[in-house]
Amino acid sequence: MNFAVVGSQFFPLLINGLALGFIYVLVSVGYTMVYGVLRLINFANSEIFMLGTFATSIVSTTVFKFNIDSHPSHGMKLVLVLLCCLLASMVTSAVVAVLVELIAYRRLRTKGANRLGSLISAIGTSIVLSEGVRILTHSIPVASPRVLSKFYVFKIHGVGLRIDQMLTIVFGFILFFAVDRFVTKTRLGKAIRAVSMSEENSRLMGINLNRVISLTFLIGGLVTGAAAFMYMTVYEQTVFNVGFNIGIAAFTAAVLGGIGNLRGAFYGGLALGLAEEFFSVLLGSQWKEITVFVVLVLVLLLRPNGLFGEAVQQTRV
Amino acid sequence: MINLRDAGAELWEGWNRPKRVAFAILAILAAMLLPYAGRYSLTNFLNTPISSYQAVLVYPVGMYILMALGLNIVVGKSGLLDLGYVAFFAIGAYTAAVLGTHTHLNIWEIMPFGMGAAMVAGVILGLPALRLRGDYLAIVTLGFGEIVRIFIINTPSIGGPNGIAGIPQPPTFLGQAFDIEHPDHFFWLVVIMICVVIWMVRRLSIRRPGRAWEAIRQDEDVAVLMGVPTLRYKIWSFSIGAAVGGAAGVIFASQQMFVAPQSFNYNVSVLILSCVVFGGMGNIWGVVLGASILSYLPERIRFISNARELVFGLALVLMMNVRPEGLLPRKKREHLSEEERAALKATRAAMKASKKSESKEARN
Repeated sequence: MNFAVVGSQFFPLLINGLALGFIYVLVSVGYTMVYGVLRLINFANSEIFMLGTFATSIVSTTVFKFNIDSHPSHGMKLVLVLLCCLLASMVTSAVVAVLVELIAYRRLRTKGANRLGSLISAIGTSIVLSEGVRILTHSIPVASPRVLSKFYVFKIHGVGLRIDQMLTIVFGFILFFAVDRFVTKTRLGKAIRAVSMSEENSRLMGINLNRVISLTFLIGGLVTGAAAFMYMTVYEQTVFNVGFNIGIAAFTAAVLGGIGNLRGAFYGGLALGLAEEFFSVLLGSQWKEITVFVVLVLVLLLRPNGLFGEAVQQTRV
Repeated sequence: MINLRDAGAELWEGWNRPKRVAFAILAILAAMLLPYAGRYSLTNFLNTPISSYQAVLVYPVGMYILMALGLNIVVGKSGLLDLGYVAFFAIGAYTAAVLGTHTHLNIWEIMPFGMGAAMVAGVILGLPALRLRGDYLAIVTLGFGEIVRIFIINTPSIGGPNGIAGIPQPPTFLGQAFDIEHPDHFFWLVVIMICVVIWMVRRLSIRRPGRAWEAIRQDEDVAVLMGVPTLRYKIWSFSIGAAVGGAAGVIFASQQMFVAPQSFNYNVSVLILSCVVFGGMGNIWGVVLGASILSYLPERIRFISNARELVFGLALVLMMNVRPEGLLPRKKREHLSEEERAALKATRAAMKASKKSESKEARN
């Protein structure tokens, strides 16, 4: 137990945890929305994230000719490059997410297969995507050139907030807020919520089920792609299986908050990001993943439906 | 698509006892001859091009069938989604490794300890986790699998990331040596274990536990209402499944003579679950078939080494889309009286006839 370090490093840990937490929040939005509508753990979501990180890296290196030695850019060009990377990442992830639903899940769903069948199809899709990228990249990690120079926005008593972390936190919050507003206020958002409450009734009410499900995957993909972009600006490296740990952590975050519940994903993601940072200092980073799961088990024991979840109906396999 | 399972079941039910026994013995003998299939021109298409065929039959094929049968008790029979099954395999293997290198017990004597340790772990995990339902259970079991693996990596006294080497092989039994030269003897051992597990599952599923599991799988609330002590039976299901996984782990450790944490990652759990669902949840023969195909296929296509996992993933997606219930799905109706069965047969025949006449009319 290393309480002294936690005390002295409290604010830097807090900031790191928040930045990581917002990445988790956005990825777990992808999981939780799909789960809410289809009751399906979308295993391919971690690969959708992975493709987003590669899209970011490819755009900055091939379109804008950045390489490892080039200097970070400034001014309008910086904004342009970042926006293009973000857009590329979001669009790639969204397109892949929608395609995955079309190819791997839709047929199974219309056939009325059991939930585990879709789960195996999801696992298969995830294997195909990650293996495809592994073969293309020869299993070599891809380092992304530094586009954004990492200066401190402000520093008080030696505690600073780095620009990439600030970007992640601010932009993550805005994006989550936008998705939340979309789902609660707009017509399409209401359709999504209706389908997640009862598929059959919403179909009777004239909701186009296929379109709503595609829309759900689209939004999940967009948000996951944005998370991938932020991951790349903070960590600047990606590899074909980068999605695995992030995916498990984000899914855990979604469960922690109560899966199927958008705001639950928000609190769950932040809690997990903070817990991971603090525990890795407290117990040593090798125990970090265990403590995350232990926290999860304890939370589920006290609140079996997650922190903010409604009672999940019995799910059958 | 033809219903292989129904056709098979009908054939089986038409036989009398001696016929059934003869068939079972023949099937087991055929399975035991499998290691030699690679030698003859008639059957050498089974040979795996790069890895040793006889070793492949033990691990992964035999081990995966065994584990898939164990997981089938949890997922297929009782409907509890377990994403961390590899933990029990790891516990069995490490029990064998630690006891085998630190004590003078041989593998036969270690076996009960391995199974016991896995069962205890199953109960420890099950008591809190089985109060949860559906996907919450899935994530907690997934977490358990990761916890066990990370715990092993971070504990230097059991080898840490380097694993444990020098695990003893089983002593010679009935003149059959179990060593690296004789993977076929290991395969026989695994076949016998598979037969025992199949026998156990078949007995259990027609007795009280099997009926309780079936009730829990179909509707847990109703099961509670009807007086089934669901938690107790769920824990039984968990720990029996765990014991099978532990036994597989013990054999794995002594056959490989070496265990390391990277053999027990999350992918193995997913692969075993895929075996169960791919073959047909809840149906023993489906699970055996699914596990044989999914464990054998990647070895058979090793010559396309780079793309073999990719092909494996594609095969999973394709198969699930073509046959969402798995290759050999479980029976829809379990217990029928003779009269009901006759009535069902008559209805089917009538339906067939009407379909035929319909298509004839359509043609005319």
